[in-house]
Amino acid sequence: MTSTAIPEGTDWAALLARTSFIELSARARAAALLDDGTARELCGPFDRIESPWLEPQGVVPESDDGVVVVKGELGGRPAVVIAIEQAFQGGGIGEVSGVKIAATLSLAARDNRDGTPTVAVLLLETGGVRLQEANLGLATVAEVCSALLELRALQPVVGVIAGALGCFGGMSIAAGLCTRLIMTRESRLGLDGPQVIESEAGIAEFDASDHTLIWSVDGGTQRTGTALADALVLDDVTAVRSAVIDAVGHGVPGRHRSQRIDELRALLEAVDPADPPEPADLAAVWANAVPPRGDRR
Amino acid sequence: MSRGLNWTRALADGDVGAVSPSVITADATLGDDTARLVAVVPDPKSPYHRARKGEVGLREGLSLAEAVTEAVTEDARLPDDRRRPIVAVVDVPSQAYGRIEELLGIHHALAVAVDAYASARTAGHPVITLIVGTALSGGFLAHGAQANQILALNDPGVMIHAMHKEAAAKVTLRTVDQLDELARRIPPLSYDVTDWAKLGLCDELLDVENAADPTGEDVRKAKDALTAAVGRARSGPRDLGNRLTSPGARQTRTASRRIREALAAQWK
Repeated sequence: MTSTAIPEGTDWAALLARTSFIELSARARAAALLDDGTARELCGPFDRIESPWLEPQGVVPESDDGVVVVKGELGGRPAVVIAIEQAFQGGGIGEVSGVKIAATLSLAARDNRDGTPTVAVLLLETGGVRLQEANLGLATVAEVCSALLELRALQPVVGVIAGALGCFGGMSIAAGLCTRLIMTRESRLGLDGPQVIESEAGIAEFDASDHTLIWSVDGGTQRTGTALADALVLDDVTAVRSAVIDAVGHGVPGRHRSQRIDELRALLEAVDPADPPEPADLAAVWANAVPPRGDRR
Repeated sequence: MSRGLNWTRALADGDVGAVSPSVITADATLGDDTARLVAVVPDPKSPYHRARKGEVGLREGLSLAEAVTEAVTEDARLPDDRRRPIVAVVDVPSQAYGRIEELLGIHHALAVAVDAYASARTAGHPVITLIVGTALSGGFLAHGAQANQILALNDPGVMIHAMHKEAAAKVTLRTVDQLDELARRIPPLSYDVTDWAKLGLCDELLDVENAADPTGEDVRKAKDALTAAVGRARSGPRDLGNRLTSPGARQTRTASRRIREALAAQWK
């Protein structure tokens, strides 16, 4: 949790009645998003396709390599959910888990070319490249980005970041490529995690023990407020599922966020790097530079 | 002087232009094509103080996307097999690690660059990467990793990795010596370019006389290799599928190939 303060306007009834999404396992999260009775896991633990690189390093591999792929229906539409299990190696992406994501996205794109309009949902709880598989993890993240773009041109690819681990490293780039991105206020999104920045650049650059600072920069409220994510939801199974169905319903936009190069230029030009705004003021600075788009929410 | 700047100047037909102080472009004749070279170079005066040594930061992500998209827009009316090659000359120490970078969403700036390179590739532009120095982590993902073909100099100063050695040791709770020892047995962990080349991601390793400041012969050799890579890119797939069918991948990425086949078999 970022702080003990409860925001004004909190819906207490919903808060107390909720079923936490992030406290479920990756497998249960994927199943919970899909329509009842439609979920079917592909390449599950009994297929035993593990990372070949962990055991020689004294790390116990897992039989699904920390990524769960479940096909089914979402609001009656063909869908595939790809869920990263943050409890295994911090959601780090290795050779097998990375190819699992990339190949699934490519198969969904192939479905679309063959006339089945399969959409994809990515549950992005990950620290990025799994350093025990270094260069192969990095290579597969590039493959994930490529396959995501291939599918995104045909059907929505919706990203969800629900937990406090957040989405960092190379996978934050994949998050930036998603058609729409859904976050909770507990979740985080950034390229470099606070510890990495503090270790590379010193505590004056980023104090990794300052949780208020971290969430003011990387947190779900800030990312949705500055339009780097699209919807802020309660950590609740029903709320997340509704937001995902809503995001899919928006279809494929004319220009995706990562295609709006002119807007990125305007956003960067609106900020003086020598005198940046406080995180809380950034949304207003940017709304002035690039007027909010009607279809964003 | 940086390797990226030296190689871009050496390969260029004429003047080197700048999209921004840290992202340069030039044209280079490769066989019958005029390729667009793109490189990230140090800008010691950058207002972004964490992006002064050639790191890929906010402005670099934006400028890379602008440079690549400009070539794509200009060639949009050409038949897709005639669109010009785009060559990423890569020498990037990393992404920029900084507070303002995170505040302004560096992940988004890098996604914009990744999108531009991948879009160029799928539009038929041969996208070729020539690694002349370091190619690290998010910097490499944004500048180089989306190419149809990846070439690298066979030189100790060339290093491709997910994280620099000291930080990787710290994050994985090892010493640098332990990491070196593991890297001898586990190819994806190695910082040696010849080990990286065995992972199936490298289309050619080039031996040159002077990797830091190329000789005329080095330039001729690199241009021949780039021209051949353009030919392979035009006749090959427009996705990254060739990285799993390469001879190196057949040796090293058996798990990748297995999971991909199993998923396809269970998909229906």
